[in-house]
This record gives sequence, C-alpha cells and structure tokens, in this order.
Amino acid sequence: MRPIATTRSAAGIPTGLLAVWWVLASEIVIFGGLLGSYIMYRLAHDAWAEQAAATNVWIGAFNTFVLLTSSLTAVLAHQAAERGDGKLAAKRLYYTCIGAATFIVVKAFEWTTEIQHGFTITSNTFWSFYYTAAGLHALHVIAGAILMLFVAADAKKGRELHRVELIGIYWHFVDIVWIFLFPLLYIAK
Amino acid sequence: MSEHAAHAEGHHVNYVRIWQILLVLLVISVLGPMIGIKIVTLITAFGIAVVKAYLVAKNFMHLNLQPRYVVYILGTTLVFMLLFYAGTAPDVMKHSGDNWVKPDVVQPSAPHH
Repeated sequence: MRPIATTRSAAGIPTGLLAVWWVLASEIVIFGGLLGSYIMYRLAHDAWAEQAAATNVWIGAFNTFVLLTSSLTAVLAHQAAERGDGKLAAKRLYYTCIGAATFIVVKAFEWTTEIQHGFTITSNTFWSFYYTAAGLHALHVIAGAILMLFVAADAKKGRELHRVELIGIYWHFVDIVWIFLFPLLYIAK
Repeated sequence: MSEHAAHAEGHHVNYVRIWQILLVLLVISVLGPMIGIKIVTLITAFGIAVVKAYLVAKNFMHLNLQPRYVVYILGTTLVFMLLFYAGTAPDVMKHSGDNWVKPDVVQPSAPHH
C-alpha cells in the first residue's frame, strides 16, 4: 500500500519536495552562520590574508569544476526521470557519485599536503575555520553521494523516480555552498 | 503526472549551455583576482559567486518553478543570517568603543611540570 501523505493540498507540492526545501532552509542557517563568522573575522584581521595565501587556488578551482559538472549530471538525471527513463536517470546519478568521489579524493590529497606543511586545525583561527567549513561541506558531499546511490538503485528498477529530483536539489545546494566557499577560502588572499 | 511535474517538464532549459556559462564564470573568477586590483577581485570572485549561485538555483534547482512560499522560506533564513551578522559583527570587528576596550588576547601559560 502506498503512503497516503505524499501530497498536501495546502502545500501544492509533493511532501518529499517540501521536506527537502525545509532541510535546505536549515542548512542555509548552518552554513550561513559559519560563513558569516568567517567573513567578520576575515575583514577584521588583515593577517588572515597571509594564511589564505597558503591555500592552493588551482585545486580549489578544479574541485569547483568537478562539483559544477556533477550538478549538470544530477539535473540531467532529473530530466531522464521525468521522462520515465529510470535506467538513464540511475546512470547519470552514478556519474554524479563519481564526481563526489573525485571531489573527496582531491580534498584528501589537498589536506594531506597542507597538514604535512604544518597547517592543521589548531594552527590558528584561519585554519580552524578552513578545516571546519570545508570539512562540514565534505561531510555533506559524502552524505549526498551515499543517499544518491540508494536513489539510483531504486531508479534503475523504475521505482520512486520522484526521489531523483529530491536528491538533485540537495546536491545543487551542496554545489552552491562550495561556490561561496571557493572565493572565501582560496581566492581572497 | 502531478501538476508540479507537468509544470517542470514544460520548462525547457538547455542544461549543458548553463553548465558552459558556469565554467566560463569559474575561469573569470580565478583569473580576475590575479590582476591584483581589490575592486576587480571583489567583483570577479564574490560578484560572480552570486551570479553562479543564482544560475544554479534558477536553472538546476528550478527554484523559479516552486510555489512562492518556498522562496519566502529560504529568504527568511537568509534574513536570519544577516541579523546574526549585524548583531555579532560589532563585537568581533571592533576593538574599542564608548567606555570599552577589548582586552588583549591572553596567551596560554607554559605547561607545569
């Protein structure tokens, strides 16, 4: 038997979609608070520019490219799901997961190098923010990729295709967070 | 098909073209700050970040196809963020004011043996 509360007439959109928007609203407060704190400290302390100079802009740019491309495959998966092509939607979601894995591998390489150069989470306040913000974002990437694997497995069998849109919206939000993290942590030197 | 899905399907966007625009903006946001002029850095890095976020929200998340109240929900959280910033920034960013001075940072003492 299918659940009866999949849509609510007052909301005008499926319940799952509404839930995703509420999740993202709470995420805006979490990341907004973190980035807002970073910005006020960064503006108040010129010395942070010297610390930011140690971050690798090319690695940050490459990971931005990876996330933007994974967002493209996620929205193309949504497009395939709307046409009822679950197998193609699943395939495109797997491509998105490959993007997530690439992002994490590059991030691991980047952090290893930085830690080897003595920049750790306890070095100073800049690096505390750096590892906290980028780490929290990376956790969202990992969580999103794991959820996407479950959604893709169902989509491949033609089941629960509406979830492709839901995980896609979450993924685009993760992309948007990185769009703001990139200039803050890598470009503003 | 639900009304929402039908509405979304009727909205044709060339996603690959949007992705290409995003990549061009990425290149500009990396190269612009290399010029070394502060205002150019601000525009190319942070101004373009806002444009990129708008393109993703509108074209990939289809935020423009959602009911208006969804935008209000997200907008309200952004307002909360600004309120948080306005309320705490004076304490963080200013070092002195009327009848108050922020004390110097106390360095941790050496461990006892």
